[in-house]
Amino acid sequence: MASEALGSVGVFVAILGGTLRGSVPFLFVSLGECLTEKSGKINLGLEGTLLTGAMSAYAVSFLLQGKLGSGLAPWIGVMASGLAGLCLGFIHAWLSQQRRVNDIAVGIAMIIFGSGVAFFLGKSFIQPKAPQLPTLDLGFWSTVPAVQSALKISPLFLFGMALAPVMHWFFRSTRWGLIVRAVGDSPDAALAMGISIPKVRMISIMVGSLFAGIGGSGLSLYYPGIWSENISSGQGLMAVALVIFARWNPIQCLWASLFFGGAQALGPALQAVGIDQGRYLFNAIPYLLTLVIMVLTCSPRKTLTGAPGALGEKS
Amino acid sequence: MFFTQTNWRPIAEGIFIPLGSLVLALVLFGVFVTILGNNPLMVYEAMHQTAFGNWRTFQGTLLRAAPLMLTALCTALPARMGLMIIGNEGALVIGGLGAVITGLLLSYGNLTPSLTATPAELSPLLIQLSMALAGILFGGAWIGIVGALKHYRGVNETISSLLMNYIAIALLNHLVEGPLKDPRSLNKPSSFAIPEPFMVGNIGDTRIHYGLIYGIIACLVAYILIQRTTFGFAARVAGGNMKAALVSGLPVGKLTLVICFLAGSCAGLAGMVEVAAVQSQANSSLIAGYGYSGILVAFVARYNPIAAAMVAILLGGIINSGGTLQRNFNMPDATVLLFQGLVFLVVIYSESLYGRLSWFRQSQSQ
Amino acid sequence: MEFRIRRRRFIQLGSGVMIATVAHACSPSSPEAGESPSTSGEKPITMGFIYVGPKDDYGYNQAHAEGKEGASKLSFVKTVDQASVPETNEVQEVMRSMIEKDGATVLFPTSFGYFDPHILKLAKEYPDVQFFHCGGLYQADKHPKNVGSYFGYIDEGQYIAGIVAGLTTKTGKLGFIAAKPIPQVLRNINSYTLGARSVKPDVKTQLIITGNWSEPVKEAEAANSMADQGVDVITCHVDSPKVVMETAEKRGIFCTGYHANQSALAPKGYLTGAEWNWSGIYSSYAEKIKAGQTLMNGGIPHLLRGGLKDGYLTISAYGSQVSDAAKKAADAAKEKFLAGTMVVYKGELKDNQGKVIIPAGKEQLQQDPELEKMDWLVEGVIGSTGV
Repeated sequence: MASEALGSVGVFVAILGGTLRGSVPFLFVSLGECLTEKSGKINLGLEGTLLTGAMSAYAVSFLLQGKLGSGLAPWIGVMASGLAGLCLGFIHAWLSQQRRVNDIAVGIAMIIFGSGVAFFLGKSFIQPKAPQLPTLDLGFWSTVPAVQSALKISPLFLFGMALAPVMHWFFRSTRWGLIVRAVGDSPDAALAMGISIPKVRMISIMVGSLFAGIGGSGLSLYYPGIWSENISSGQGLMAVALVIFARWNPIQCLWASLFFGGAQALGPALQAVGIDQGRYLFNAIPYLLTLVIMVLTCSPRKTLTGAPGALGEKS
Repeated sequence: MFFTQTNWRPIAEGIFIPLGSLVLALVLFGVFVTILGNNPLMVYEAMHQTAFGNWRTFQGTLLRAAPLMLTALCTALPARMGLMIIGNEGALVIGGLGAVITGLLLSYGNLTPSLTATPAELSPLLIQLSMALAGILFGGAWIGIVGALKHYRGVNETISSLLMNYIAIALLNHLVEGPLKDPRSLNKPSSFAIPEPFMVGNIGDTRIHYGLIYGIIACLVAYILIQRTTFGFAARVAGGNMKAALVSGLPVGKLTLVICFLAGSCAGLAGMVEVAAVQSQANSSLIAGYGYSGILVAFVARYNPIAAAMVAILLGGIINSGGTLQRNFNMPDATVLLFQGLVFLVVIYSESLYGRLSWFRQSQSQ
Repeated sequence: MEFRIRRRRFIQLGSGVMIATVAHACSPSSPEAGESPSTSGEKPITMGFIYVGPKDDYGYNQAHAEGKEGASKLSFVKTVDQASVPETNEVQEVMRSMIEKDGATVLFPTSFGYFDPHILKLAKEYPDVQFFHCGGLYQADKHPKNVGSYFGYIDEGQYIAGIVAGLTTKTGKLGFIAAKPIPQVLRNINSYTLGARSVKPDVKTQLIITGNWSEPVKEAEAANSMADQGVDVITCHVDSPKVVMETAEKRGIFCTGYHANQSALAPKGYLTGAEWNWSGIYSSYAEKIKAGQTLMNGGIPHLLRGGLKDGYLTISAYGSQVSDAAKKAADAAKEKFLAGTMVVYKGELKDNQGKVIIPAGKEQLQQDPELEKMDWLVEGVIGSTGV
């Protein structure tokens, strides 16, 4: 049980571990938002989806542990969170494609609705302990507990890491990817190609929301591994900024998520070695940095490279 | 006949659709309430009594509506120009900070006065006006930055204003727990308090503070500005078709900056009201979600400032009646959140119905 | 002028505490319904409880909600409560509505931020309603007569937990995860550290402040980085300690609980913990009010404080990993608390900057209001109180 103090190496290990653990929700919401935005719509409501996903995953894992055992139950929980995401995604997709309806407005209403659903149904699951997803111990080679712990990787993280290049390939090299991009970039051209814009957007938003729901299951079934009403610290809301940070590129979504996940771990890790000034300002750095990057890379004349042409336009 | 078919139909539509969607939301929530084992009619009766039943309880509704009117304008005004600002919460916080800083400087000449310091003998009105002005300027400058980034660098205003919320909140927490902290605030770290005589009071013998008047005036002024002035016309043109506006030589840049400043100043004023009429000091209680609720009020009001005032009162009523759900019907605290979400989703959906319902399209057949 | 007022205030505060402890010592400690002289069938006492968060947060608010449940078992008490009430004029409206609509005559707004200005404002408006606030400092010259304050010396529990932690740690490093560097929290950190150092003088407590009352990800991250730094016993002062306990258990290190008994969350590593017992406090208030005692007539002290001996808190049963030596040392300290002879804060006491806080030979008793204004960290804590 005793572990040796690692000093500054310990800080590095803590940040590494924190990055791997904390980036899971960021990764899934940003990939989900990326898909959504590629089709030309914004889903600001992923915060609500994340919460509902986290709650349903935890609830299902808890309720089914008796029947399925604690090995299988959490995986059904993950599926439930995806399903919850699909449902909320459907509402968002359907509403935001109505005439004169603003997708930002729907998003904010969905945050309230989604958190309302999650909090209401989740009351009785705050206290009990639900079986957690297993982790892969990639640190087995090390004798240092800190390293072993940092390299306890969630299969969800690996899944997300694989999803990023797959999505990248999907957008670049598949017909379906091209269709999504066409719908997001120039709806008129897509229409001329005979593509049903509402259908493509419906599917993109729903699948994007499914990813966000799974991200929620990462919060409740992996890290920090509880269900509480404060479980999300705004990761869902930040998805929109993350995607811009990543320039609508799924691979860069991965890096952006690692960056944001790591930033969360930085504060506590530095405090653990006695660097504890400017706590709040320190926590604001990721947001400030995103803003600075936007300022530096935007130009008043042209839109950001990678930005879907029809993003945020009225339908 | 004065009422030709061309002008009563849109009016009837404008009344029927919001009311109809409200009824639909009530029916949906009623189903939910029934499933929970309560009689929806009794629940609605109790909610109505709490929110609008008599003047005394209605004051509670108006009280809650006051900050929402102001924060709603922060989204509603720029939206008329096609800008989607969601930095209301941040502008409110910064406006509140500005007000408290100004109030303390004028009262004590110092942000962290000694515990024995006595406030200066100044006219309360002067201090209140200065605090309001500071709230307006601070909040205006905050969203003004968003407008400037949009205009000069093409930075998406929705995202930048969202990010600036986080920065504003971090700034508030840092200041009230650090440089501005009153050592007497003990377990709720806060700035020093604005002296009691300089606080904004209540209207007459009601318990509603003057923030409601600020809100109503701001909504009226905003309405006139948007609907009745050249500036408003130009903003609406730019909002309708930005390319056309640029081609026709409208000063789009100036419009963007001014409208963002105005938007932020409304939310900043809301922050001043929270500080100078309710809290008397700046602390984390300023982050109460008025900003985010204001965004929804603006959407539901279809960016119309007058309608925003009314929607704010409606939302104030829902919040007001939330307590009765918990206390008299034993429903959990999240119920009112669910109800709000339902109302907003249905009302937002109803937006798409304008001009689509055949009732309001067919010719008069009498 | 202000200074004179403050001095007078301290004196009054001091005497208030004296009254409080005396009054409490005289009052029946175990609430038993229906044995008071007043007739049954009388109008019940309506008590209103207000929480800042959801009442099932497995932490601070739940502890109060359970206290409310306890009080509502009394036959002459009717309770109403409302959760998730923000510290804005919303709480004023909720209190008003409880008074006017539900007929509440006794209110327990439980969040610290409710006190100034919200409770103070309402108390002036409703002089016949009694407002009992959790954790505030009553100032007789400044605050209305119908306002009272109650709180428990939960740091006594932390001191005992510190003893157990000190005798359990192998690395000599303890960890404390705190929400904000405010007096209530600092006092827990200091007592915990003093407890540990009373049995092992070279123990250090690593402090990590998350900045907010409920930040599950940051709390888990803090617990993990402490484990990485070799900390092997962790405790916390946040709204809901669940995540800290579970993370400690996952990392194979020990933990001590807070607010409630969390032994089920960490069956292997849970050592002990400081638990609130609000139900006893609320019931004893109800008994007094039924007997006709009020804040206004002086029957109920304005500042009610109590510790282990007054039943305000309990200590979780020791976990399986607690050694006999640790149990013995902890029990000895507990006996001293119960007897009222324990002095946690006594000279010479230095803060972690090396400054002398309490000179040699001086003592600050638990009841000393100065301790409720603590803004320093005791020697042995690694961390700072700044932002």
